[in-house]
Amino acid sequence: MSAALALGDDALVLSHRLGQWAGHAPVLEEEVALANIALDLLGQARVLLSLAGDEDELAFLREERAFRNVQLVEQPNGDFAHTIARQLYFSAYQLPLYRELAAGDGPFAPLAAKAAQEVDYHLDHARQWTLRLGDGTQESHARMQRACDALWRYTGELFRPVEGLGVDPSALEQGWLRSVGEVLERATLTLPDGPRSGGWAAGAGREGLHTESFGRMLAEMQHLHRSHPGASW
Amino acid sequence: MSERTDWPLWEVFVRARRGLSHTHAGSLHAPDAEFALRNARDLYTRRGEGVSIWVVPSAAVTASSPDEKDPFFAPAADKPYRHPTFYEIPDGVKHL
Repeated sequence: MSAALALGDDALVLSHRLGQWAGHAPVLEEEVALANIALDLLGQARVLLSLAGDEDELAFLREERAFRNVQLVEQPNGDFAHTIARQLYFSAYQLPLYRELAAGDGPFAPLAAKAAQEVDYHLDHARQWTLRLGDGTQESHARMQRACDALWRYTGELFRPVEGLGVDPSALEQGWLRSVGEVLERATLTLPDGPRSGGWAAGAGREGLHTESFGRMLAEMQHLHRSHPGASW
Repeated sequence: MSERTDWPLWEVFVRARRGLSHTHAGSLHAPDAEFALRNARDLYTRRGEGVSIWVVPSAAVTASSPDEKDPFFAPAADKPYRHPTFYEIPDGVKHL
């Protein structure tokens, strides 16, 4: 089930990245909001990875090259603007994808129907912050623009075909560009114009090629399970 | 956690079910009303506690002072005819 791995790894890795804000978020209320989103994604990951095999083995015992998540979700948290830009780009892709899956009768339909409501909220959260940071102070505007630009090259990968998915992600690309473009415009930000595909774009995560910081993240995520095999609460 | 405390404080009221009133659930910090609503959703309704949320700037609440407790509330105590204690409450009535 390579599609289950792809979607499950996206959710798992982004969940872990968001979880890294625990204890570090700018304010307590926002920390809870990010943790809630992380927990939603972790719930999705558990269902998806269980479709592909044993969830714990898949999450904690695979090597870096066996992960099938897009490179966008593994990008480091950076400053708060980077976290929000990553979430905006990803949720604006995940929501229409889940809606398409929910409308079909494939193996992902039941999960997608429930998870789409969660992602609807994730997208709303990211939009609200993008508007406030983009249309906020000079400093917040500059940081938000920098984050949108920096992550742009990872967004082309979202729309590559995934084997066994039952939905063609490339059909979602125009809608994604419209919805992200509209948010950025309202936030007084400029839609980045760098390459999203071709030689200068990033993105071979679905083939198991990951970026530099991913190994560190995995080591942190997996070390407890690997140090104490078979341990339980 | 940084020292930033310049976000205003909001009071949160949650209605648990249709037919009940909104009840004070707690307070939180948020930059504006829309975010106060979203933060309230995350902080106070995660376990399915609510069907509706109100947020009110804490600065907009006028509260009675503890010093005025006696003149405010004491006169009510010795007027038993104000308390409908002679009625038996039917079993089906839950929220009287």
